[in-house]
Amino acid sequence: MALPSTDEILEDLEFFDDWEERYKYIIDLGKALPAMDESLRTPERLVKGCQSSVWIDVDLQDDVLHFVVDSDAHIVRGLLAVVMAAYSGKSPEDIVAFDVDSYFQKLDLERHLSPTRGNGLRAIVAKIQAIAKATVAA
Amino acid sequence: MMSFDVNAIREQFPILSRQIDGQPLVYLDNAATTQKPQCVIDAIVNYYSTCNSNVHRGAHRLADEATRLYEGARDTVAEFLQANAREEVIWTGGTTEAINIVANGLGQMLKPGDEVLVTEMEHHANLITWQQACKRAGASLKIAPINDAGELMLDAYEQLLNSNTKFVAFPQVSNALGTLNPIKSLIAKAKAVNALVLVDGAQGIAHGPVNVQELGCDFYAFSAHKLFGPTGVGVLWGRQELLASWPVWQVGGEMISSVSYQDAQWNVLPYRLEAGTPHIAGVIATGEAIRWFMALDMAALAAHEAALLASATEQAEAFEGLRIVGSAQQKMGVLSFVMDAGHPADIGFLLDRQGIAIRTGHHCAEPLMGRLGVPGTARASFSIYNTLAEVDALFAGLSKVKMMLA
Repeated sequence: MALPSTDEILEDLEFFDDWEERYKYIIDLGKALPAMDESLRTPERLVKGCQSSVWIDVDLQDDVLHFVVDSDAHIVRGLLAVVMAAYSGKSPEDIVAFDVDSYFQKLDLERHLSPTRGNGLRAIVAKIQAIAKATVAA
Repeated sequence: MMSFDVNAIREQFPILSRQIDGQPLVYLDNAATTQKPQCVIDAIVNYYSTCNSNVHRGAHRLADEATRLYEGARDTVAEFLQANAREEVIWTGGTTEAINIVANGLGQMLKPGDEVLVTEMEHHANLITWQQACKRAGASLKIAPINDAGELMLDAYEQLLNSNTKFVAFPQVSNALGTLNPIKSLIAKAKAVNALVLVDGAQGIAHGPVNVQELGCDFYAFSAHKLFGPTGVGVLWGRQELLASWPVWQVGGEMISSVSYQDAQWNVLPYRLEAGTPHIAGVIATGEAIRWFMALDMAALAAHEAALLASATEQAEAFEGLRIVGSAQQKMGVLSFVMDAGHPADIGFLLDRQGIAIRTGHHCAEPLMGRLGVPGTARASFSIYNTLAEVDALFAGLSKVKMMLA
């Protein structure tokens, strides 16, 4: 499946009523996320604070930030797809302004998929925000 | 004739009746920490409800009662480990602190050219401590290798021992793999070159009786929380003649005999290595946990644990797409594995949603994971209150994990 927008993700998740379907949806989102080239998976691109390995690479083109992300865990890849829907292809100003807490709240992801768990979601979001802030300041 | 009734044991652990998202908790993370029986919880509550006070120095009834309970727990540990004397039992904050006390002292005795020997299967607590002590002293740290099954290679171990080997440390049981080491023979070989030996008993302690005199080691360390006791309490057992002159660890109250502004004399064992007000409630509850454990039928307990691991291993071997990490002949309490279907983190998340608690990751043994060529594993670890039905629940859970990740 093609990677959906934040609105589409919110709409899709509302449709499911049991945890298995919701998890499966997140896992499938992860499978649809394009893989990061092996050569880009360097220690410098590794995000610290995750149970699994998470890599993030960024490219600034015409005032828009493009992220390439990957993880060796399926569920984390799925969560990365959820995060990418909010952030990739946006201007650094839009990224800084985006209310990620309210997005996560609306997603109503289960406790296990929420940013408080040791899945590194918080560290990834913090990293993206830091990149965007640094770009705005530059 | 005692017998082993797992349901009677389960009833004593209030947490085991918890539900997780509407499903019964299946607690298979016992190598991280064990649950606590009601008597241990009661011991903590009773202490604070009836005799909370500081030990050793109060001139009143409460202090007297608390001290008696506190020192009584030390007697219990001495009996449990079959120590020569109660003075050989030092209360610590846990295995990690116990090992640090020894490593700190050793670091002051090592010279360049000296060697310390550990194994490839160490928990970080039994690796970084010696690594840093060696770095400070200019001594060298040697690592005894394991084979692909996760067993210590005994010939290589023996070859690494020589007259420069001043200290040897190894785990009784590997926390990440469950390998049970032949500690008695490892100790004897180390003693043949006159090295001091420490056994990291963190993972071994909850699986049967330990006799430090018979083992012949110099130090043995364990944590109460892996033995049905509270967190924040551990034991360093050491031979009296060594501990009596071992460099002091922390300095402060309790561990001194006399103090002037410019100088201080150290107290006698065990107090010279126990500075400050201890975790009194925790120590008392530890004594309770050990008395509770010692009252169990050890042979029946060992048979029950072996049956759990045998069933888990059999089902794991038959499970397509699952590979066991650590297949030592002698194993205890741990099934570590990886799956083709997903990362250990995926397995952990999806089992948790089914009420099944395991640990995933490198298990504080990062170099070991590197040696085995895995980023980490999923680890199910068993204790005496687990049932064969819970082992089946684990594999039913894993079937669902596999289906969902496919």
